[in-house]
Amino acid sequence: MDFFAAKNLTMKFGGLVAVNDFNITLKRGEIVGLIGPNGAGKTTVFNMVAGYYEPTEGTITFSKNIINGKKANEITKLGIARTFQNIRLFTELSVIENVMIAYHCRVKSTFLGAVLRFPLYRREEKMMHEGAMNILEEVGLASLAKERSDSLPYGQQRRLEIARALATGPELLLLDEPAAGMNPQETQDLVDLVIRIRDNHGLTVFLIEHDMKFVMQICERMKVIDYGTTIAEGTPEEIQNNERVIKAYLGEA
Amino acid sequence: MDVHHRRNQILSILAIGLGFVLLYLAQKYLTSYQVRILNNCGLFITLAVSYNLINGVTGQFSLEPNAFVAIGAYTSALLTLSPAEKAMSFIIEPIIWPLSVIQTPFIISLLAAGIVTAIFGFLMGFAVFRVRGDYLAIVTLGFGEVVRVVANNTQTITNGPLGLKALAPYTNVWWTWGLALITVFYVSRLVRTSYGMAMKAVKYDEAAAEAVGINAFRHKMLAFTSSAFFEGIGGGLLAHLITTISPTLFTFFLTFNLLIMIVVGGLGSTTGAIIAAILVTWGGEFLRFVEEPINIFFIHIPAVPGMRMVIFSLLLVLMMIFARHGIMGTREFSWNWVVDRMNGLKFLLRNRG
Ligand SMILES: Nc1ncnc2c1ncn2[C@@H]1O[C@H](COP(=O)(O)OP(=O)(O)OP(=O)(O)O)[C@@H](O)[C@H]1O
Ligand SMILES: [Mg+2]
Repeated sequence: MDFFAAKNLTMKFGGLVAVNDFNITLKRGEIVGLIGPNGAGKTTVFNMVAGYYEPTEGTITFSKNIINGKKANEITKLGIARTFQNIRLFTELSVIENVMIAYHCRVKSTFLGAVLRFPLYRREEKMMHEGAMNILEEVGLASLAKERSDSLPYGQQRRLEIARALATGPELLLLDEPAAGMNPQETQDLVDLVIRIRDNHGLTVFLIEHDMKFVMQICERMKVIDYGTTIAEGTPEEIQNNERVIKAYLGEA
Repeated sequence: MDVHHRRNQILSILAIGLGFVLLYLAQKYLTSYQVRILNNCGLFITLAVSYNLINGVTGQFSLEPNAFVAIGAYTSALLTLSPAEKAMSFIIEPIIWPLSVIQTPFIISLLAAGIVTAIFGFLMGFAVFRVRGDYLAIVTLGFGEVVRVVANNTQTITNGPLGLKALAPYTNVWWTWGLALITVFYVSRLVRTSYGMAMKAVKYDEAAAEAVGINAFRHKMLAFTSSAFFEGIGGGLLAHLITTISPTLFTFFLTFNLLIMIVVGGLGSTTGAIIAAILVTWGGEFLRFVEEPINIFFIHIPAVPGMRMVIFSLLLVLMMIFARHGIMGTREFSWNWVVDRMNGLKFLLRNRG
């Protein structure tokens, strides 16, 4: 049984077929890319996997569960975490609170236990704090823990969103254009970061990215879609030399 | 966590102690009119702070407090009235069993008011949280009206438009301010737990909250039901403060008043809700003169009932335009802030002298 598999995924919005018969399997520990021109349906694939859209057709299985139809928060609890294409932090909360919040779904204390600060909750609060601090350390934001999250520069906000996703304790991490808006140095650091967290946390990473240099460096395998339909898949080298991909990106010349 | 935790705890206990000494003096020496205002302040703190939990902290703009307060008021009143009193006041149609025979002590009636209202809020939550935004406001507004209409028409339970009269005046400053203290304790503690953080996350970005595993629906329900619980007890206190209740008491007006308070205080700030509850309650009394006939030299302005509401509405509009964040924004009172200010002041004085 595959670690993760999507079979015959189709998503229609009224008359528009945003994703058409999409198939993929992921093996544990892989880093796989999903690329394609603007509006190709990449984010829609993520939204289906993460429980934001219910696929019109097809099934998604993840560590032996069929997960399509489940709600986003349930899927997160099962071990799939995501980041968003347009950063979505909790802007008025501090950096560390943004990460601590991700542990909340595993808190055992009831709300009354928490209000009355029973020993169990105090222990859990301490664990949340320490866990968040460790993850911030890992992504290099520990010194900014107390800052408001929207005071960070763009590149660091992207890292914080990854930190927040990590704190949910995922096995599969979905990154939607993690390098968007980053300068070359930040992008290079991001390559290292993604590989490092993959190794440290035993993650499988499925990512969308337009920055080809980034994708070619980091992905072991990739899939290309255009107008919702898969047009190619293979290693970075194979993709780079694929006729259809070049056409899709450059347009029919 | 906070290094000053112990000191702050001691300061809080001292402040509460001082507050109760002041209350003791107040109810002993103030006129009964002034004590009534004091009671209203305590009561509205409870109502505003708990309303703020769902509207401000969790960001779910809803308009149901009048329904919750009504349910609590009726529940508690029906329990403290004696069977004989009930038999006497239900003149059109007799009251149904078992309400006709039950009588409980005040405190039990208050707990029952809280629990019944919380159960109602819980069930209502399933219906209303299917929608959000403007729809949520409209649906909850509808519920408020439904409760009032039901109260008007269930003759055998609520005595219809006649209402319930001659309730024992149990409510005093200890009850109103005691409940305010418990509500503030509960809400401000809750907001600082991970449950409260999750509520804020739902307010800022529901989709992102779901992405970190937060069940938005459950946290809305927690805020809503908690809010209902305290509004219900507040309703019980209100009933035994004014000693007569009827459906007309629980119109949208009540909700609107509370809305003004939480907006003026700063949506999401418990401290703000407290300050604004006091200001608006006290200010409402102070502004009574605008509804009386006024003679300025030769100009005679006749009495205009409802003028105060016009002023409050204007105030609300001006706030929305010029000071959207209210008095406190989302900030809260903290002892650290006070102590810092005091130290600053000491430093200033020493350098001068
Ligand atoms: N909720 C929705 N309702 C209607 N149409 C949608 C919805 N979400 C996406 N679409 C449409 O589906 C198509 C695919 O969009 P999607 O966001 O998946 O593209 P993408 O590959 O992520 O593009 P980009 O690189 O610009 O992010 C687009 O035509 C988009 O307008
Ligand atoms: Mg996209």
